[in-house]
Amino acid sequence: MYKNIFYCLSVFILLVASSCGSSTSTEVAGSDSVGNLSIGFVYIGSKSDYGYNQAHSEGAAALKNLSGVTVYEEENVPETMDAQKTMESMINMDKSTLIFPTSFGYFDPHALEMAKKYPDVTFLHCGGLYDKSKHPGNVGSYFGYIDEAVYLSGIVAASTSKTKKLGYIAAKPIPQVLRNINAFALGAQSVDPSVTVTVVFTGDWFLPVKEAEAANSLADQGVDVITGHVDSPKVLIETAEKRGIYSVGYHTDQTPLAPKGFLTGAMWNWPKVYTDFVNNYKAGKSLSGLHRGGLKEGIVMLAPYGPAVSEAAKAKAEAIKAEFMSDKGHTIFKGPLVSSTGKQILKAGEELKQQDPILESMDYLVKGVNGSIPAL
Amino acid sequence: MDQNFWLILLAIIGGAIRVSTPFLFVSLGECITEKSGRINLGHEGSMIMGAMVGYGVSLFTGSAWLGILAAGCIGSLFGLFHGWICGKKGVNDIAMGIALIMLGTGLAFFFGKSLIKPTAPRLDDFSLAWWSSVPQITQAFRINWLFILGIILAVVLHYGFKYSRWGMIVRVAGENEEAGLALGYNVNKIRTISSALGTFLSGIGGAYLSLYYPGSWNEGLSSGQGLMAVALVIFARWKPMQCFVASLLFGGAGALGPALQGAGFSYGYYLFNATPYILTLIIIITSSSKKESGVAPAELEI
Repeated sequence: MYKNIFYCLSVFILLVASSCGSSTSTEVAGSDSVGNLSIGFVYIGSKSDYGYNQAHSEGAAALKNLSGVTVYEEENVPETMDAQKTMESMINMDKSTLIFPTSFGYFDPHALEMAKKYPDVTFLHCGGLYDKSKHPGNVGSYFGYIDEAVYLSGIVAASTSKTKKLGYIAAKPIPQVLRNINAFALGAQSVDPSVTVTVVFTGDWFLPVKEAEAANSLADQGVDVITGHVDSPKVLIETAEKRGIYSVGYHTDQTPLAPKGFLTGAMWNWPKVYTDFVNNYKAGKSLSGLHRGGLKEGIVMLAPYGPAVSEAAKAKAEAIKAEFMSDKGHTIFKGPLVSSTGKQILKAGEELKQQDPILESMDYLVKGVNGSIPAL
Repeated sequence: MDQNFWLILLAIIGGAIRVSTPFLFVSLGECITEKSGRINLGHEGSMIMGAMVGYGVSLFTGSAWLGILAAGCIGSLFGLFHGWICGKKGVNDIAMGIALIMLGTGLAFFFGKSLIKPTAPRLDDFSLAWWSSVPQITQAFRINWLFILGIILAVVLHYGFKYSRWGMIVRVAGENEEAGLALGYNVNKIRTISSALGTFLSGIGGAYLSLYYPGSWNEGLSSGQGLMAVALVIFARWKPMQCFVASLLFGGAGALGPALQGAGFSYGYYLFNATPYILTLIIIITSSSKKESGVAPAELEI
């Protein structure tokens, strides 16, 4: 009797161990030797998810080409004590002196704890949470104004749409997501003020079946361009292609998923950002502080145009892109701006620059967006 | 408003047809297993393994149907394993099932890494709505052969459990182990075979996810559907035909949230997204009666 319980228990432990083994640490390039710079990347999901994590791992892959750099990556690391353990083993085992905890929730307390414990190691966190008055000097954070690229894809979407109905599939109504939805709608309305954007919130970052359902019901409603803000837009882009409508990507270039209907998309330019970081690090510059930027700084960019995009649409998008790239810049959020519930957000003449922190607490959808945010 | 009402109704019907098939296969599989007197909670594991292997085989052989077959075979290995271990004295089948969930997801994630990017051949579908030219209607009634196969299977199991010799043998194992032994049957063997058959079906259910809808292999593809389908069996009172109805209901309820928002009714979507669970609660409460309390196979250790 007891022998059998023991037997069952040991099988159980074995199985648990085998399932934990799925998050593997892989060495990307080179061997670790003295004088080498070892860099650690921590991802919350799979690095081939056609989304957020893949964008970061493409950035990490770009570092492979630099001489004297070794990259260590670990995927599927939850935002728990596991994140600290992963960083600590990267520091102790792999001798990493530069760590990129790429997920938003890794920062506080995980990266901060590690930064206190290992003052010689530099931690660069993706999320823009760094506060000089509170956080240690070996920490920095970086983030991009991706809404600039989303605004441009809104222009392309509205120029291509025939029904003038666009669809946006989003995970949760948090400020960063709302900012993207609004930028998409404002970009579209700059082409044609009558364009509407219908939002479907799925409730979580990764729900493939629900995302497919959302794409299908949007298509049924006559929406002919679908985009979204979820961890992996793969399913919604493939579903749009199956339904014969257009799609706009997010996070990374999804052209291969929809050769016919993919228009363009907003994507991160991590290869450039990471290469710059490493070069500065090697030159002995401090990386502490808050690094932010948009199209001009090369942190975000626009995915290649698909075959369905007309020359006129490309010209419109490129013209605004040139404004974003110029010193004067282009303002997305400017008055008169009215929310979807009729509340006035900005008066005529008022405008919010990209750096304005008010934009980071956005809690409204602009006029022309069908959707609502639950009271929290 | 009027048009919206029809569109939402269509979306629910379409969603029921699209989303229900994996629920149907897993719940029928678990129905067979539980009828034989054992609970296998591990369908989530065999399902996600089926999704991964099905996608991989379809990619390498170019045939989605071979992928379905392979998914079933790999699924049945899980059932055999479950049956073999649980045949030992004192082993708890529920704990074993939970272990299989972890094993299945762990293995599938590990071996499935290289399958996320490539695109495999998918299953075809056809529309039942030959009588309509409205695109929304033809789209809602697009079905796949697996859906039809699932319905046939539900009918066969319904009559099989009632009238066939094999069905009765499985039921004897599930209702009274002693009686089965007295009749000269190897109850353990019956249960192991039932478990293997059950996970064969859940493997196919998983392959439906990766090869038809939503139609790509990805980690977290099943996101708890295997577990929900196991609960669905209790809800369906261990009756195959009711498993079918329950699967349709779950599929339709899951489509409600996105459909309402797509039509512009965006208030309380967290509530609408929870519809399947609320529905389960309501139906379990209303359908529970003293008269029916003896409907569960007596050998189940619930």
